[in-house]
Amino acid sequence: MKEFWRNFRRNRGAVVGLAVLLLVLLLAVLAPVLFPGSPWDMAGMPFAPPGEMGMLLGTDSLGRDVAAGIAHGARVSLLVGAVSTVAALAIGVSLGAVAGYLGGVADDVVMRFTEFFQTIPSFVLAILLVAIFTPSIGSIVFAIAVVSWPPVARVVRAEFLSLRSREFVQAAEVLGKSRLSIVVGDILPNALSPIVVLSSLMVASAILLESALSFLGLGDPNMMSWGFLIGSGRSVIRMAWWMSVFPGIAIFLTVLSLNLVGEGLSDALNPRLARNRGGKA
Amino acid sequence: MGISRRGLMAAAAVTPWLMRAEEALAQGIQPKRGGTLTTIVNPEPPVLHIGVNNQAPTLIVGGKIFQGLLRYSAKLEPLPELAKSWEVSADGLEYTFRLQENVKFHDGTPMTAEDVIFSIMKFHMEVSPRARGVFARIKEGVVVDPHTAKFILSAPFEPFLLMFDVTVSAIVPKHLFEGQDYRQAPVVQKPVGTGPFRFVEWQRGNFIRLERFADYWKPGQPYLDAIIYRVVPDSQSRRLALETGQVQLTQSNDIEPFDIPQMRARPNLEVQTAGWEYFGPLMWLELNHRVKPLDDVRVRQALAHAVNRDFIAQRLWFGIGKPATGPVSSATRFYDASAKMPAYNVETAKKLLDDAGLKPNAQGVRFTIRHMSLPYGEVFTRLAEFLKQSLRQVGVDLQLESVDVGTWAQRTANWDFDTTINYLYQYGDPTLGVERSYVSTNIKKILFSNVSGYANPKVDELFTQGRDAADPKARQAAFSAVQKILVEEVPLVWLMEMAFPSIYDKKLHNIITSGAGVHASFDDVFFA
Repeated sequence: MKEFWRNFRRNRGAVVGLAVLLLVLLLAVLAPVLFPGSPWDMAGMPFAPPGEMGMLLGTDSLGRDVAAGIAHGARVSLLVGAVSTVAALAIGVSLGAVAGYLGGVADDVVMRFTEFFQTIPSFVLAILLVAIFTPSIGSIVFAIAVVSWPPVARVVRAEFLSLRSREFVQAAEVLGKSRLSIVVGDILPNALSPIVVLSSLMVASAILLESALSFLGLGDPNMMSWGFLIGSGRSVIRMAWWMSVFPGIAIFLTVLSLNLVGEGLSDALNPRLARNRGGKA
Repeated sequence: MGISRRGLMAAAAVTPWLMRAEEALAQGIQPKRGGTLTTIVNPEPPVLHIGVNNQAPTLIVGGKIFQGLLRYSAKLEPLPELAKSWEVSADGLEYTFRLQENVKFHDGTPMTAEDVIFSIMKFHMEVSPRARGVFARIKEGVVVDPHTAKFILSAPFEPFLLMFDVTVSAIVPKHLFEGQDYRQAPVVQKPVGTGPFRFVEWQRGNFIRLERFADYWKPGQPYLDAIIYRVVPDSQSRRLALETGQVQLTQSNDIEPFDIPQMRARPNLEVQTAGWEYFGPLMWLELNHRVKPLDDVRVRQALAHAVNRDFIAQRLWFGIGKPATGPVSSATRFYDASAKMPAYNVETAKKLLDDAGLKPNAQGVRFTIRHMSLPYGEVFTRLAEFLKQSLRQVGVDLQLESVDVGTWAQRTANWDFDTTINYLYQYGDPTLGVERSYVSTNIKKILFSNVSGYANPKVDELFTQGRDAADPKARQAAFSAVQKILVEEVPLVWLMEMAFPSIYDKKLHNIITSGAGVHASFDDVFFA
């Protein structure tokens, strides 16, 4: 663990990213304390610029506090990012494991199925799914999970393909362990590091995807997310720039920090790779 | 048959039009010939023939190609158009129209009473459901002489005279339709009317071009050489086209409400919200009375008390529209200003809900109902959010649902909603446009009927009285009484008298001169 942290710390960007991410998490956790009440409350005059009327980041077209929206929106955006990533991992890991471990016909079937999803533009598919199931937090998480599992499946399959012929797996087979316990207990722990790296990037892209959906008006109408804030501010951007700019900065920082952390994780989990890259630079 | 009071009213009604011309002269602005007006049509209409299609874009463009017998002032008084005068018999059964002479269709044939009778009795009866509803009351249409047409009704119908605007009953050429399927006739694709501008070219997805009709019956008019309607599907491009002067006029929903403040600030542009009086669109919060507790009158009153209608008109629509006061738009005839719906008062709302036995729970929520947002663009989404927050203040939790246009129409028509937003045209008269939303005989699974399921025998009776009475005074009495009952029982929460901005270059004159605004023929529009 200590070594892991030392390797992670070597990537300075990752440390900054982690700090920003922790701040965002803190903001999300403390939102009800910092901004009590609902972010939908019409707290002040509509279109108050930042700093006026006691509104740190201004108000929107209904007089709602933009700062409160960002704080409460952090909860929604992070929650959607996390839950949909978990869901996508569940699909991707199980399919990838089946394909990689069993091989043969099962591999062919699962991979053709995965390719089928990879050929459909993921954002268009997400829009379609949300539109069909009517926009709600559940349908959005579902849509994001459905469009983001194929890369996981491919990565997991590749890992399993290379691991399944190793000695420790053969040993486990000889010992008469069941297939399930070999997959879960022996192979999966060794395939974990690329999955961890990939999932941090997936959280970032899930947040972006949710924001894009909300921006297009396909967000949950009862949830205030960052994408919703930008979408509702877009039409009045010439009159009230602060309505879209601040939530935009929030998304930018969060996604950037998630990417930096992902890179840091990758370095920490594959120290040799990182050192080689460091050597070249 | 004697000349009735209304026959005289017709003569009096001419004056405002003359006054306008004089006003223009007094300001030293002489009408000037020449110039091409470029404007926008959005969305692109499927056909340009009024009657065959009756959506706003068709009516706006078609209003230049066709004309009706009458037009209407902002106060809904009839003004002469293709009819130069008209008489109503004392028993309210016979309507006689004397037509302008020298009126020609764009193909050169003269327009006569034959065309008028054909248009009303055959063409619109066949193609337009709304016109059919009223014109079915005509027992007989008579060609008295080539320039006199007479309609004999089976029973008195006082709002009959409101049915002759170009948007309702445009006069079409009999000889190009007779013996054919009216919807399929070749002339539908290349419309021929009597209006000041004739149809020349339509490049689908690009533009519609109308040119000055040289044989127009008003000497020296129209002033413009041509009108071009450009098809611009994106609202920000429309705004840009107006700002750069590529188009000199936008209308109806062309410019989004949130862009209006900037348009007002531009010194070369005029922003007008008048010109929708003839249509009188009224927007409301539709309540499904089959859903508890919306069947409780106290709950409905509380909802009405909880919503700040000034905020909706001023902040969401940027002043394009007026807060509603009741079921009848203030522009519609027989509006009664003394019938006022519950005023904005959060405390009264809470008290009414307490009285109804709906106590707040630990989260302060008294009850939860769904709200289906009207999918007509962003401002309606904001409205739904505003309502959610307004009702939350009094302890009502509104769960928003976003749907597409098809789903909205289907679910509203099938009563599958708790609350939603709707707006309907009132067409100048309670019988023509208000009655349908409240009478129990119109509780149907059809869009724009009484989908809320409100039923009150007294209301039914008063609407019938108002419809059948021949005397305007008797009608006023009935409609005043019904308005008082409705504001008391709040079957719907009326929100706003809608208007749509007409924005135009200040060099343009006479854009809005009637209660139908940009639907007018534009024969008096000129650049100066």
